[in-house]
Amino acid sequence: MKNNFKKFFIFSFVIFFLSIFTLALKKDNNYSTKNLIGNQISSFQLPSLRNSSFITDKELKQNQFTLINFFASWCAPCRIEHKYLVRLNDQNKNIKILGVNFKDKKNNALNFLNDLGDPYSFVAKDPDGKASILFGIYGIPESIIINKELEIIKKIVGPIDQKDYEEILRLIK
Amino acid sequence: MMLKKIIFFIFLSSSIHASEVNLELIEIYKNIRCLICQGQSIADSNSDFASTVKLVVQDQLKDGKTKKEIYDFLISKYGEWIVYQPTLNKNNFLLWFLPYLILVFGALIIFFILKKTKDSKDN
Repeated sequence: MKNNFKKFFIFSFVIFFLSIFTLALKKDNNYSTKNLIGNQISSFQLPSLRNSSFITDKELKQNQFTLINFFASWCAPCRIEHKYLVRLNDQNKNIKILGVNFKDKKNNALNFLNDLGDPYSFVAKDPDGKASILFGIYGIPESIIINKELEIIKKIVGPIDQKDYEEILRLIK
Repeated sequence: MMLKKIIFFIFLSSSIHASEVNLELIEIYKNIRCLICQGQSIADSNSDFASTVKLVVQDQLKDGKTKKEIYDFLISKYGEWIVYQPTLNKNNFLLWFLPYLILVFGALIIFFILKKTKDSKDN
């Protein structure tokens, strides 16, 4: 009886640790902030890339949905995703796109928009990257879709692709 | 001469204050994970992300924010993964208490073994 209990105890102990290791191995180790949805974005005031005007969070409350896209002319994946942003802006009236030009030179950014098209309702600048921390950005391109209440409904880390584009359409229907 | 002494003490006190601020900054940097690096804190990293977070932390300290407020701000933006020292919650309470439970359990086992040995010796 005592021996059986000992065996059972050792067996349970081994199973317990094996299950922990198996679960740990299955877990995705690449951390991403894309699951942090439902949070409200912080208040902000960002200067325009083109002139001396500003945009604040209050203005985004007027939009049904807003996609905040962090981009730079030096970022190759930003060029790849840009066509989806242009298409999104052309074909959908219930979403506005706010571009935030990240650690870039003004001329390069303007050339980028001239070459590939300008889907943004406002292009803000973030020359030292500090504003990106306010939005929980850790690399570009990154996009955040918010609703009228300024709640994050989706975060896209990396370039937007066809699959993301279709999901955005589904979300803003 | 007196004026020189006064200037010296003002300089000394300001440099002591500066080093205290630096120590606090380094302590905060060491507890913030660089999300794009492999197992490094922002104190150890020169990546773009780490240098931007450092700037934000410096600004917030200058604004009089406490360490906890800075961590809470970063957690609200990046999740709890951003800090090395996690707060106690329902998902990690085992991680906090299991070592103490094992310690107590181990002590009990040793106690009973010793008691048993003593009893058998007495008999």
